[in-house]
Amino acid sequence: MSMATTAPTRRPRVNLAVIAPIVALIVLILIGMALNPNFLSYANITNVLARSAFIGIIAIGMTFVITAGGLDLSVGSMAAFVAGLMILVMNMLTESMGGGLPVILIGIALALFTGLAAGFVNGILITRAGIEAFILTLGTMGIYRSLVTWLADGGTLSLGYEMRELYRPVYYDGILGISWPIIVFAVLAILGEIVMRHTAFGRHCAAIGSNEKVARYSSVAVLRVRLMTYVLLGTLVGIAVVMYVPRLGSASATTGLLWELEAIAAVIIGGTLLKGGFGRVWGTVVGVLILSLIGNLLNLTDFVSPYLNGAIQGVVIILAVVLQRNTGAAR
Amino acid sequence: MKKILIATTALMGLTAVPALSETIGISIPAATHGWAGALNFHAERTVERLSEANPDLEFVLTTTSDPGQQVSDLEDMVATRGIDALVVLPFESEPLTGPIQRIADSGVWVTVVDRGLAQEGIENLYVAGDNDSFGRTAGQYFADTLDEGAKVVVMRGIASTVDNERVAGFEAALEGSGVEVVAMDHGNWNRDTAFNLMQDWLSRFPEIDAVWAADDDMAVGALAAIDQAGRTEEMFVVGGAGMKEMVDRIRNSDPTVPVNVTYPPSMISTAIEMTALGLTSGAPMSGEFIIASELITPENAEDFYFEDSPY
Repeated sequence: MSMATTAPTRRPRVNLAVIAPIVALIVLILIGMALNPNFLSYANITNVLARSAFIGIIAIGMTFVITAGGLDLSVGSMAAFVAGLMILVMNMLTESMGGGLPVILIGIALALFTGLAAGFVNGILITRAGIEAFILTLGTMGIYRSLVTWLADGGTLSLGYEMRELYRPVYYDGILGISWPIIVFAVLAILGEIVMRHTAFGRHCAAIGSNEKVARYSSVAVLRVRLMTYVLLGTLVGIAVVMYVPRLGSASATTGLLWELEAIAAVIIGGTLLKGGFGRVWGTVVGVLILSLIGNLLNLTDFVSPYLNGAIQGVVIILAVVLQRNTGAAR
Repeated sequence: MKKILIATTALMGLTAVPALSETIGISIPAATHGWAGALNFHAERTVERLSEANPDLEFVLTTTSDPGQQVSDLEDMVATRGIDALVVLPFESEPLTGPIQRIADSGVWVTVVDRGLAQEGIENLYVAGDNDSFGRTAGQYFADTLDEGAKVVVMRGIASTVDNERVAGFEAALEGSGVEVVAMDHGNWNRDTAFNLMQDWLSRFPEIDAVWAADDDMAVGALAAIDQAGRTEEMFVVGGAGMKEMVDRIRNSDPTVPVNVTYPPSMISTAIEMTALGLTSGAPMSGEFIIASELITPENAEDFYFEDSPY
């Protein structure tokens, strides 16, 4: 298809690359509408958007890390660890302080701080100790996963009943029928897009990812910007956890399993280059929605054997990326 | 530590009765989900209790997260610790059958827990829950309480023999009852997956009369989704394995969670205790010991509630 249009103008090819994820999303939505009349119901759309929020919020941070030529495999375990710690501390505070709003606020502050600190640890070891991001975060992935298992004594950490009821609205309620996770996800996505496009930080990320040496000679504070991407990602993991804990009020060793891979997949489907140098936050948002919708569609139909769910997801991920690479490889 | 060891060995050398120290190796899956967590909890407690009661017994407890590592663990146990008996919950049947057979052939007592080996006659003692009865007991309850034409959704676990046996038992019990299973999918014994799955089923089906979640972790997720949709009155949820939150709801006669089916993780204690008894007392212990799945109802829930268990 592209052979015929190998015209001198590059504009249409780039445009195709830009819209590829959106096309994929629209196709999925059309399939959904055809398969089940409830697909476009308010409840279903709200469910899909709200459940996308956790991975979505994390994937926004992952977009910056990957754009700057890094990678973070630890985010799923980190989320589980932060959630576990948050629940543990909130339960302890409920005993000593008697519960109430202050406990929730302390819990939220703790989650944000722990996420930030965990991101800082990743970032400082990658930038200052010079450890490969892949290996370092593979290590911290194991560490956080074991820590949450240990905190939970191998079982499940559950928020006390009273606190759970008080904290619950953060996931289930919202303004004008739009639940909080969706609002937070949308706001962060818009902020992320602005930061990526219109600030020095965003441009520095892209510069480092495309050529670290050139960036250094252009007096970009390479190490600091890199460090900041991991700190940002860690903080966003904290925010995701703040939204996640009120949903079921529990954390266990299986919390956040494979979130890191889903976040990375969403980022790449969205058109960000895995080797760094170019990233777009809105693409990541589309990528997250595509992944969520596939799962949703498979649950809404008997079309495919449940044993093959993973295969369908894999095929769509590969197709979405192939579509972009073929049409916009010039990037 | 070493000094104490040497001292005890010296003392034992002095005593008239040559009390030979026996070593029991225990290999179980790591605590990756609630049930396995409880398994670890009960294994550690039993080891603690037996070590105190029986100074001649030594224990080596290892936990593994994949079959390959379990094979290495078993080899290490035989090579470096010289175990006299092995209590093992095989991570997967096929890959572990060979290694366990070699250990059994070398004269070590082998107790297999819960997951049977691919070949019969290797182990000396087999302690297991009854997966067929686990599914059948739940299915029987559905068949007894639901009307003909009632619509049921089923959440399966991680695709495995255990899961297949349970579902087969469940379906067999429903046969001829007129209860219709409208959807069946894998919730992977995970709360989050179950939550999403239940949300989607609630969008898809205007009528659901009951949910079989086949495991209490999934039941927790399903209940949250039903609660969110405001359809709690419409259906009941039956989990399984007797998580204490669920047992608590049953004993408070919660209409949404009427019953539960046991699949006790404490079966590891049964296995370790029987193995230790066989080693120390000489009482015959070989054979099969199948722990039936019981129906927890509001009447008997108190007996199944364990305050300090993590599960």
